[in-house]
Amino acid sequence: MTTLTMTTLSYALTDSATMVRRNLRRMMRYPSMTLQLAGMPVVFLLLFVYVFGGTLGNGLGGPSGGREAYVNYVTPGIILMTVTTAVQGTAISVAMDMTEGIIARFRTMAIARVSVLTGHVVGSVVQTMLGIGIVTGVALLVGFQPTATPVEWVAVTGLLVMISFALIWLSVAFGLVAKTVESSSNLPMPLVFLPFLSSGFVPTDSMPAWLRAFAEHQPFTPFIETVRGLLMGTAIGSSAVIALAWCAGIALAGYLWARKLFNRDPVPR
Amino acid sequence: MAVGLRKSFGDKVVLDGIDLHVPGGTVFALLGPNGAGKTTTVQILSTLIHADGGEVHVAGHDVAGEPDSVRAAIGVTGQFSAVDNLLTGEENLVLMADLRHLGRAEGRRRAAELLDRFDLVDAARKTAVTYSGGMRRRLDLAMSLVGDPRIIFLDEPTAGLDPRSRRTMWQIIRDLVADGVTIFLTTQYLEEADQLADRIAVLDQGKLVAEGSADELKRLVPGGHVRLRFASAHDLDAAARVFGEVSRDDDALTLQLPSDGGVRSLRALLDRLDDAEIEAEELSVHTPDLDDVFLALTGRTDTMKVTVR
Repeated sequence: MTTLTMTTLSYALTDSATMVRRNLRRMMRYPSMTLQLAGMPVVFLLLFVYVFGGTLGNGLGGPSGGREAYVNYVTPGIILMTVTTAVQGTAISVAMDMTEGIIARFRTMAIARVSVLTGHVVGSVVQTMLGIGIVTGVALLVGFQPTATPVEWVAVTGLLVMISFALIWLSVAFGLVAKTVESSSNLPMPLVFLPFLSSGFVPTDSMPAWLRAFAEHQPFTPFIETVRGLLMGTAIGSSAVIALAWCAGIALAGYLWARKLFNRDPVPR
Repeated sequence: MAVGLRKSFGDKVVLDGIDLHVPGGTVFALLGPNGAGKTTTVQILSTLIHADGGEVHVAGHDVAGEPDSVRAAIGVTGQFSAVDNLLTGEENLVLMADLRHLGRAEGRRRAAELLDRFDLVDAARKTAVTYSGGMRRRLDLAMSLVGDPRIIFLDEPTAGLDPRSRRTMWQIIRDLVADGVTIFLTTQYLEEADQLADRIAVLDQGKLVAEGSADELKRLVPGGHVRLRFASAHDLDAAARVFGEVSRDDDALTLQLPSDGGVRSLRALLDRLDDAEIEAEELSVHTPDLDDVFLALTGRTDTMKVTVR
């Protein structure tokens, strides 16, 4: 590696760290955003546990059944839902940021361009993890009883960071490709629905065959199965490997797409 | 600096082959109405967007081939404020220092110095969203100066500012010139170009229609005149005889005389009226403005909707 590329690389890291600080600072000025992003999953958690939980829990076919069984079953799904909600927030905040003059300034400075996006990604991952913390806290309050060991907690945290990182890169691209701030929340919409069409809320074997085929081959089922296995001690099987492969694929595609979009000439908005 | 610059957005030709040359250490003003292509020119020169054709060199570097070398040499203050509204003034400046890789201590020192120089010390810890238009513009410019750029682009630096903030901005720009910085500014106001620029280019519908010093441009403009209004047709006739071949309006009872609007020439004119014992009801002085420049250069005024200040 030549000295020049070394310098370029180290500037890319320095600039990214600078942009991460910018995004975290903005986040702290707007704490209501983080709370809002955690709010929707909390509402769904309470809805599913207290309204549907009694019946759905009996259908799980476990030894105990009922609401106590269902809160343990649904929490991993709600955690993934927290990720998709936060991802939608990322698309909106990227689209909003692109309308600000400061982005034009960044583009006319000799900085690693992608650092503008890295700042958003890392900032959003932090925000997502805070949201997951809040949601998990509420789940514990309403009867969630994970069996995870400290090592498993670390593993599940690491996995959630990777999932968030991948989906957020994709969402940054959504935020860049959207022509207006208003439309930027539409593109991530399918992501918001995917947890419902997975093993997050009911086991996939209770679904009709065609839906089951879809549910078992979309990324959220292996995501949720791995999180559930680590937290509740259920069987993980090949889910972990598939989940990691999805993370790598989505992150790479999202990154390349976002970088390509950001390097275009800005269109007048 | 630029040769044969072209840019279109879709079918709309925004820049139709313009040539610009700006010597180092001078102030160059690009003058024109809304939609003339001023902002597009700045965006291309400052590497924000690509040109469709032509060659552009800024600070000796090809804008298309070595954008990062150009970026390292320039500072840009756009028409729309390029500050982070959720950060404080100080944080905005430190952000710029970090992105210029100045180092922590040097970055803070530079931020403090610029806050002081631009009279923003009291507001340093307030978020930029609370700033007035003038403060925001000053912070914007201060951010462009963090890395000591040799070339500064100012896109309509005083648009929307009140007269006092405008004068402050002018003084700041003059101080920069004194430090040897090259300035490329765009403006809708002839007065502003006149106050600041060594050379002025007039841009209209994507083409340069004139280039020269402020005085050279004003010579192109026949618009400077004095208008005299009289109480009666009799006085108007008498005055017309005194001044000879002038343009007169019998309905409005006015005469229009060419004049530079200076005190000396006005006194001479009034003396001639006194000598002839003619009383003028009203005298008004019209100095050349951008309207006149455009009328003179393009033969039309319909695209010009500027406030004459």
